[in-house]
Amino acid sequence: MEHIVIIGNGISGVTLARHIRKLSDKKITIISAETDYFFSRTALMYVYMGHMKFEHTQPYENWFWKKNRIELRKAYVEQVDTDNKALQFANGETLNYDKLIIATGSKPNKFGWPGQDLNGVMGMYHKQDLENLEKYAPNNKVCKRALIVGGGLIGIELAEMLNSRNIPVTFLVRESSFWNGVLPEGESQMINRHIKNHHIDLRLSTNLKEIKSDEHGNVKSVVIEETGEEIPCTVVGLTAGVSPNIDFLKSSKIETDRGVKVNRYLETNIPDVYAIGDCAEQHEAIGNRRPIEAVWYTGRMMGETLAQTICGNRIAYKPGHWFNSAKFLDIEYQTYGWVFGERGRPDYESHFHWKHDDDTKCITVAYNKNNNEFLGINTFGIRMRHETFDRWLTEKRDVDYVMTHLSDANFDPEFYTHFEKDILNAYNNQLQTASS
Amino acid sequence: MSNKLNPSMSLAKPDAQDLSLKQKVAVGMGVIGLFILVLALFNLDLPNKAIFLTISLSLITIGTIIYANDAYLTKLKGIKNDGVWFKSISSRGTLGWITGLVLTSFYVVLYFYEGLLGAGADGAENTGLIALFDPLSKLLSGRPASQWFVYGTLYTVAILAFGYKFILKYRHNRYEQIRTISVMFFQLAFAFLIPEFMYVMNSDLPYNDLKNVWPLNYYNFEQYRVDSFINGGTIGMVMLIFGILSIFVITPILTFKYGKRWYCSWVCGCGGLAETAGDSFRQLSDKSQNAWKIERWVIHSVLVFVVLMTTAVIYTYLGYDPNKYWLTRDVFLFSVAGFLTLVFALTMIFKRQELGKDAKYGAIGYFVIIIALIGIHVFSSETKLFLFKAETLRSTYGFLIGAIFSGVIGTGFYPIFGNRVWCRFGCPMAAILGFQQRMFSRFRITTNGGQCISCGNCSTYCEMGIDVRAYAQKGENIVRSSCVGCGICSAVCPRGVLKLENDSMKGRINPTEVLLGNDVDLMDLVNQK
Repeated sequence: MEHIVIIGNGISGVTLARHIRKLSDKKITIISAETDYFFSRTALMYVYMGHMKFEHTQPYENWFWKKNRIELRKAYVEQVDTDNKALQFANGETLNYDKLIIATGSKPNKFGWPGQDLNGVMGMYHKQDLENLEKYAPNNKVCKRALIVGGGLIGIELAEMLNSRNIPVTFLVRESSFWNGVLPEGESQMINRHIKNHHIDLRLSTNLKEIKSDEHGNVKSVVIEETGEEIPCTVVGLTAGVSPNIDFLKSSKIETDRGVKVNRYLETNIPDVYAIGDCAEQHEAIGNRRPIEAVWYTGRMMGETLAQTICGNRIAYKPGHWFNSAKFLDIEYQTYGWVFGERGRPDYESHFHWKHDDDTKCITVAYNKNNNEFLGINTFGIRMRHETFDRWLTEKRDVDYVMTHLSDANFDPEFYTHFEKDILNAYNNQLQTASS
Repeated sequence: MSNKLNPSMSLAKPDAQDLSLKQKVAVGMGVIGLFILVLALFNLDLPNKAIFLTISLSLITIGTIIYANDAYLTKLKGIKNDGVWFKSISSRGTLGWITGLVLTSFYVVLYFYEGLLGAGADGAENTGLIALFDPLSKLLSGRPASQWFVYGTLYTVAILAFGYKFILKYRHNRYEQIRTISVMFFQLAFAFLIPEFMYVMNSDLPYNDLKNVWPLNYYNFEQYRVDSFINGGTIGMVMLIFGILSIFVITPILTFKYGKRWYCSWVCGCGGLAETAGDSFRQLSDKSQNAWKIERWVIHSVLVFVVLMTTAVIYTYLGYDPNKYWLTRDVFLFSVAGFLTLVFALTMIFKRQELGKDAKYGAIGYFVIIIALIGIHVFSSETKLFLFKAETLRSTYGFLIGAIFSGVIGTGFYPIFGNRVWCRFGCPMAAILGFQQRMFSRFRITTNGGQCISCGNCSTYCEMGIDVRAYAQKGENIVRSSCVGCGICSAVCPRGVLKLENDSMKGRINPTEVLLGNDVDLMDLVNQK
């Protein structure tokens, strides 16, 4: 029986294992050094916030794995010997495979800041990071102030986490506005204000110079690059993005760059070795996507796809229309299709932006100004239907059609106030202004 | 790793540190209000009962209001679940167990030792706690209070006060607000005030909460009630007919259109208490597949039990005085059997595929009832069914299900098993509505394409113990008989994945293996199977 070995028990590896089991009787082993069972990484924050216990983040009950004959092994892979198709574990044991899948996800970026390895400096990615945070920031008596470096999705989640325990937070963002490398200006500004409304000390256009230590090797303070200001704090969260977690492959023959290099079939340069999820790097990016997609959904899609290939139906990874979601404190965000911020926006892309007076809801609709084709939407504080936008994108609807049919896409709970009329009025007014 | 912030067993400590000064004052007010009730319970002769009762209930209500204002209005709108699993009361900590114990003891006393509460036996004056409520009862209906009046008043106060708290907690969510106003209204008007006023108008009528439909109201068709309905003139007959129409016409139509939520989380009193006072405990329900298996066996057994019990009781008294009722014993028995056969046959013909393995269990339930009905027909004498009286069956049901299950376990164990134990495992009304909802309803919880991140908030906060995530992460709509449509899964979802909807029956159940957003050809290939 063919032995499929998957390194990494995240959404990519587990989706792959489940689908292989549906399609075949192959022997499946999942290896993880992080946890015994699959859990939802995106839910770690809720454990610290007390919304859930860690068990609740595990999507399958513990009997599930045995029942589906998916073997779980808690071990750290040190070396991959592709010539002999063998894995070498940190504890000295080895394991042979017939097909190997690397699905080891990411690790937090560290950019060589002085003091980045002190006690109390941490990322927020692994379960161990959560344990670390629990140790250094259990409450606002032990942790008088925490400082977060990096204005992305994980940074704002960490800020929300600490805020839930009334720990004062200073949030350093390199950019001039929160996540404005991705979000258009209006949205980014709204989130800035929302962060401040939560009494988080948001510092825009601010960089970290160094982290200072006390005599025990613990964080004492942080010095700001621009002003030289020294901010006392006991915890520093490094959330300046993530990169593929593939150091253990450096000595192997598998081709890597930032991630594990794969072709469209998610195959590496070595036969029978594949990579999926955050750690996979496409030779050439697919459409507007990045070569490395560190997103829950893409990991899942790669797992769904590769299962076919492994079970004899070789197909390429060919994701559909882009979508994503996040939550910024109390404001939910969804995106369908492509809406670019200032950075990397194509010349033909124009935006219509609407914001509600309460400053917690807004949308940005992107369209091609040459032919009016609808390109994508960002929606904040209003839930919208994935299926509807996916269909409109496939049908290449024009922006007028989307704006007049926006209520078809509404996914807010029943009895919620609808804003489609306001949005349409604003849209029509803007067009009038533009044409007059 | 310990996620518990307060592993201490100290009673005073656990979450006192999280309370603001205002919240402490509010808790203090509530405790004083309850303490007055305790004083009355121990027969301290309070001089002016009306004033003390007013003070007590006001302190409890105002305390809850001040607490809620400080807890929620001082923060921005949004989900307020911070620290739920760290607080002793809401994570089966010391406070949770103590609350459970106190509530359970209260229910035991209420159902079985009402004398301890001060109920005057055989027309004697009330004393103690019940006497404290005499002024209010006399004001409303002119008669002295009973233990049920005391219970009803406290129950209503709890729904109103905690309903207010719930509305503030979800002040960003209009579905939750409107639904809560609805349960508050139905409790105050239908369960509490209208029956009292009805009594003033016509004291021959039995206490009748119009929204309390059989079989939740398992005693609705007992002889004393049916007799007094019949003797109660037009209004009595209207009530009787309404009671029957509720089961066979009103309920199925509303459930078809809106799902069982129209009742369970918008109207029902049990649901009302669970959603308001019980809201802090919703995360304690067991989500395991085992719990689901147990749930299905237990709740459907209760349903079989209540159908047989009610049939037997009606069958018995129809025989006492054949001239009094136009329905004869045999016509009645055959109607019951005929109706059940019709339901069973229609389900098997139209829904056999959807039922899968459950069809077998449904068949077992059906045949148990039919055999029992035949047994009643063949073996009964004038007064006995088989060897025991129908009354024995009724009192057994009343004791086991009506008192122990719905009261002592159902509510007393809120802080241990979660707030919907009764609704999930025991309520025969929920079983019937759930069957309709699963088989024939436009209601479903729609999942939003591929947006689920499997975080588990939906499952954690499902009071009915449904593993919502298991469906959401497959992009599959949730069509479950137990779903009461409280809408909290949708509210707590951080990615906007879940939406309660009434839509067409077609495509309501839509399991998918590959979710929206992936390669369209792959979706076609895998999902068409």
